[in-house]
Amino acid sequence: MKTKLFTAVAAAMMAAAPALADLVIVDTSYRTGPYAANGIPFSDGYQDYFTLLNERDGGIGGEMVRIVECETGYNTEKGVECYEATKGEGALVYQPLSTGITYQLIPKATADGIPLHTMGYGRTSAKNGSVFNWVFNYPANYWDGASLAVTHILDQNGGDINGKTIALVYHNSAYGKEPIRTLEGLAAKHGFNLTLLPVDHPGQEQKSQWLQIRREKPDYVLMWGWGVMNQVAIQEAVNIRFPMENFIGIWWSGSENDVKAAGDKANGYKALTFHNLGSDYPVYADIQKHVVDAGKAAGAGDQVGTVLYNRGMYAAMLAAEAIKTAQEMHGTAAITSAQMRDGMENLEITEAKMAAIGLPNFGPEFKVSCENHGGNGFGAVSQWNAEAGSFELITEYYQSDQEIIQPLVDEDSAAFAAENGIEPGC
Amino acid sequence: MFYREAGDFKTSYTEDNQTFPIKFDRYRYYAVLLVAFAIVPFVINDYWVNAVFLPFLIYAIAAIGLNILTGYCGQVSLGTGGFMAVGAYSCYKLMTGFPEINIFFHIILSGGITAAVCVAFGLPSLRIKGFYLAVATLAAQFFLVWMFNKVSWFYNYSASGQINAPERTVFGVPVTGAETQPWAAYLFCLVFVVACAVIARNLTRGTQGRKWMAIRDMDIAAEIIGVNPLKAKLSAFAVSGFFVGISGALFFAVYLGAVEVGEAFGITKSFLVLFMIIIGGLGSIFGSFAGAAFLVLLPVLLKNILVGTLGWPTDLAAHLEFMIVGALIITFLILEPHGLAQLWRVAKEKLRLWPFPH
Repeated sequence: MKTKLFTAVAAAMMAAAPALADLVIVDTSYRTGPYAANGIPFSDGYQDYFTLLNERDGGIGGEMVRIVECETGYNTEKGVECYEATKGEGALVYQPLSTGITYQLIPKATADGIPLHTMGYGRTSAKNGSVFNWVFNYPANYWDGASLAVTHILDQNGGDINGKTIALVYHNSAYGKEPIRTLEGLAAKHGFNLTLLPVDHPGQEQKSQWLQIRREKPDYVLMWGWGVMNQVAIQEAVNIRFPMENFIGIWWSGSENDVKAAGDKANGYKALTFHNLGSDYPVYADIQKHVVDAGKAAGAGDQVGTVLYNRGMYAAMLAAEAIKTAQEMHGTAAITSAQMRDGMENLEITEAKMAAIGLPNFGPEFKVSCENHGGNGFGAVSQWNAEAGSFELITEYYQSDQEIIQPLVDEDSAAFAAENGIEPGC
Repeated sequence: MFYREAGDFKTSYTEDNQTFPIKFDRYRYYAVLLVAFAIVPFVINDYWVNAVFLPFLIYAIAAIGLNILTGYCGQVSLGTGGFMAVGAYSCYKLMTGFPEINIFFHIILSGGITAAVCVAFGLPSLRIKGFYLAVATLAAQFFLVWMFNKVSWFYNYSASGQINAPERTVFGVPVTGAETQPWAAYLFCLVFVVACAVIARNLTRGTQGRKWMAIRDMDIAAEIIGVNPLKAKLSAFAVSGFFVGISGALFFAVYLGAVEVGEAFGITKSFLVLFMIIIGGLGSIFGSFAGAAFLVLLPVLLKNILVGTLGWPTDLAAHLEFMIVGALIITFLILEPHGLAQLWRVAKEKLRLWPFPH
């Protein structure tokens, strides 16, 4: 046992010795704390995809990817520590998977010249790339999510939800508060009433919120939750017998971890998504062969094909495509973080590209530009099938209401630019 | 041998009552200050500042504040996180409301505002004490966090409820915002830490400190010998709030730059600072520093050893970190209930007599 441990330690120390020419990807993950259940699969997917590229293709453009993992526990102070500890290694891009940490890192990363990719979270107005030069949140953001949920409700009611009530159960933090403005705008446009029900970190305590829902009987409940909060909310909704098909979560509130605990009664729960679900794609065969079977999977290797694993893998895929774009643009395989930014800004995801990497019809097509760092706001609705034990897409990808969202993006980013003395420009 | 008193004569009361009566001790502290001011700023980088020095310095101020209230005056407080939030949000409102005024004054003013809030929540201490007071201050913690989340005036009606520190300068050098150089942020906090420590040390060894300690040791006896409990307790709350407010303001403006009240100033922060003074040593300024260093530096050190050097999985390391820090806290408290400051005191006593103990 002892010798085994020593060999392991020695091997690990040698493995940890830095090789400078690699493409460094930092995975600021959280595998501990109240958000771990959702942090683990995302991180596994993110790492496994890069491992696949290393194992199968010998890296990206001939350059190996080196993953540096740093545990944040979803805590901003630790997130800052992770960022400072790893940025010197030549990190190409950060994907903090936490709105709180994103807010910390936006000014720091901008000053250091390292791009941030906050896929489907973070500061929504970072969509305006002329103000947020180094921040990207494609393919969709929270305001898109709010609008997509309302559009779905409109579709179900024949386009008229005047006088209906929609309750928003949200994590009482920057993350949960993001959609409120959009929903207020949509409420004014479509004439529904909006009830706001904040749930405090970490989210285990939400009895009173659900009592209020039981009393007021809103027609629909939207949820902006994460980690343990989702599980509790779905359990509470089951307890008060809220009709599950009228309960719609944002994409961060729609994974197997969130619904399984509530059992069969959670059947019919809906959640938004901006990528496809399941593991019926050629790339999964490769992951199984080159990563899982080879014993190189991140974590326990048991998350392959779950919703959040897919999302982590999708994030890694977008990063890898941006690296390829940057390599083509600058004619060098060993790109820098500044070149990575150019790659992200000129990223174009087409169906042909996705099919070529083994993910046909996996997500919406979009194109990033200097003005638009946020994609086109396409998303779909998925529904939990308790019997099959999986989320299934029940709608096509459709676009959010840009008429409401674009003015909000412009307003918020202009406020940020004024506050920080940034001259917007492309 | 190491701590020689031989030849270190004092010929006046002033000399005998100085902060560091032993010459060796005194010079060592001057040396530490010299290194901190004149050498460290030239050698530190972003990582050292943001992961090690800033949290240590800022938590040290908070620990000094709580130590005055709990360690010196005996009023148990679980509201530190909430009071730090008051400091942070006052600083934010002042920074955005009066951008032309120097950030230095904003931070001191934030301390003043926190002192006022702290006194308001300290009023019940006149009637209740011990655990009951702890619960009352716990209410302050929850109320303040709730209020900063609820009332959008405090975060200037921003969509997300986050507060962001805009860039502010001292003598033309930015100390907040993204362009801040590591040495500037470090020196800015260091000035506050040193000032706070000197003020706290002098308050606690003078009349005011004696009053606080009298109240702590036995309030009825203190009242009989002429200590006014109202003034003593409320002044402790005010001074404590002042320091905690400064630390909250620095925590927000210089260290993190953006803050979400529930996450940054939750109940865990109150416990963390309380642990710092318990481990460091109640009723000791040095203990505040030692406790802050222990709880800030140890997790970072463990992480660097387990993940950086040994290459263990990050989640395993994080869990081990909890276990090791927890076990060390328990071990310390069993072996030395008076904290690191007492260990240091004992070590000093021993060294003064070494090599010929009585």
